[in-house]
Amino acid sequence: MASHAIEVKNLYKIFGPRGRDFVDQVKAGLGKTELNEKHGHVLGLQDINISMPAGGVMVVMGLSGSGKSTLIRHINRLIDPTAGEVLYDGVDVCKMSENDLREFRRHKTAMVFQKFALLPHRTIIENTVYGLEIQGVPMDESRKRAQGWIERVGLKGFENHYPNQLSGGMQQRVGLARALTNDADILLMDEAYSALDPLIRVDMQTVLLDLQKELKKTVVFITHDLDEALRLGDKIAILRDGKVIQQGTGQDIVLKPADEYITAFVKEVNRGRVINVETIMKPLSGNPEGVPVVVGTVLESAARMMTLANQNVAHVVDANGKPVGSIDLGTIISAMVTPISHEKMPQAAE
Amino acid sequence: MASVCSFLPDLLCKFPAIDDTTIRVARKSVDEGFKGLVRAYTNAIDVLVQPLQVFLNFLESLFVNSPWIIILAAMVAIVYYGSRDMRITIGTIVSMLAIGLVGLWNDTMVTLAMVTVCTLIAILVGIPIGILMARSERAQSIINPILDVMQTMPSFVYLIPVVMIFGIGKVPGLIAVVIYAVPPMIRLTNLGIRLVDKEVLEAADAFGSSQWQRLKNVQIPLALPTIMAGINQTIMMSLAMVVVASMVGVGGLGRNVLQAINNQFFTVGFLNGFALVAIAIIFDRTSQAYGKRLQKHSEVIHG
Repeated sequence: MASHAIEVKNLYKIFGPRGRDFVDQVKAGLGKTELNEKHGHVLGLQDINISMPAGGVMVVMGLSGSGKSTLIRHINRLIDPTAGEVLYDGVDVCKMSENDLREFRRHKTAMVFQKFALLPHRTIIENTVYGLEIQGVPMDESRKRAQGWIERVGLKGFENHYPNQLSGGMQQRVGLARALTNDADILLMDEAYSALDPLIRVDMQTVLLDLQKELKKTVVFITHDLDEALRLGDKIAILRDGKVIQQGTGQDIVLKPADEYITAFVKEVNRGRVINVETIMKPLSGNPEGVPVVVGTVLESAARMMTLANQNVAHVVDANGKPVGSIDLGTIISAMVTPISHEKMPQAAE
Repeated sequence: MASVCSFLPDLLCKFPAIDDTTIRVARKSVDEGFKGLVRAYTNAIDVLVQPLQVFLNFLESLFVNSPWIIILAAMVAIVYYGSRDMRITIGTIVSMLAIGLVGLWNDTMVTLAMVTVCTLIAILVGIPIGILMARSERAQSIINPILDVMQTMPSFVYLIPVVMIFGIGKVPGLIAVVIYAVPPMIRLTNLGIRLVDKEVLEAADAFGSSQWQRLKNVQIPLALPTIMAGINQTIMMSLAMVVVASMVGVGGLGRNVLQAINNQFFTVGFLNGFALVAIAIIFDRTSQAYGKRLQKHSEVIHG
């Protein structure tokens, strides 16, 4: 089952009874504050164009009020757009009939929520089978499938507990198991880990990354935490006031922040865990020296390998082991340190 | 105030009421018209209430004619399985025995049958209307004022149209009791469904629930504690109204109370009153304990 990409095209959302009437004005340049003051309508999203990679993790990052939760709800149309398209496998989700939409939600999407949204009167296993139950899958079959996922997320033995008897982290595992049991192509995660403690959050990120390695679903992950975005995202889009201000890979965003707003964010990031060796390597001159480092390794891991081997230089090799470049500890350290331009820029802006 | 009236026009001093003759004519024609209407549809009305009559009679004869020990055993079983509470169960046994000892067993059974039927009908009518109200703002804006009128109208006033339409007897009484007791059922069903967590509903939608699946799997179960409170209120109000309904021919403890009032039978009045209180407490405690047990899953064990 190959996952398909999701294409969001020219998406606008204006909240209010006559939202549709203002789309043209917003396209012509009417701003968020003006729209609110003059017409009493709230601009939720404007001109969103994102292509979410098939079988990859797309992270949408933004602070509260940036419209990220609104955006994810357009993918399974929990919110109807004012204008624009959301294409999945060539079909516009926004134009589906009620029945088609229900079938789409049942079979193609699964969602994990910030506040878990489990059914409090149902046990863990009963919550987990929910998606299959409404599809009409027989009880035996759905229980068997749910049991498998409950074990995968590490909740074996808790099947007959109620959600209230579990901690937040465990409840979100149930939320994840419920979504995975649905066996849908698209996994929507709306600030799924934001309500969890930092340690548990990292733990859950690992769970997701491990699962994703074998499942290859099209994951849309919403977060307000840049570290989380960089750790999970194959592609990241940053949202502010309902607009996409930058999209690209984690490296793109850290190395080439589009504006001061993103620069301010990126400043605090541990660059050693984001930048890959091939980004800063020099062309190979002469024979490969030192330890071999595979393409795609982050600087921190490379530095660790070199320190352990007591070497100041290393050579980068591609997936087949062929040497493609060289690096030394000095370059790594200077790349890991936040550049002065980034330190200064926000202050200059003030 | 006569001095003020001396220089005020008469119209502003004495309220310009429509004169007596006009009112009398209007009243008469409304009453006559209503009676005529009822008379024209007597047969239809009879057919309509027939099933109620049959059901009520069946339950009443079942309660009255069964040996007391079987009824008591059934009651104890229901109370115990409902509440899982020994104290409530023992209280039930003691008070039912006391009621039997003072010779009120049969009257109590009649009242019990009446309250059971009324509550069942109120639930059957109230829950669908409550659901309708929760789903549609327009339905809510229409039904709410009607409920307000139903709840503020003095209970005796209900009896007049009921008697005019259905005559005197058990079934008219039953209808009056249901009308009196159904508003809390409707209101609390509506409230319970409206209070269901938005996120959970969103989750149900996100997984592709149909309207019916949403209602059955999420809204009703999560509203159940509130709906149970509504059932509890309905039972209490039925018990109160059964006494008033004895004025139109409902038997049981209510009729004894009515006779006691008319004849100043102090002891009879109190005994019957206490019997009613005992039944009320049994119903109340059992249904509340049952409602609480339904919410067992919401006990927070893990912070």
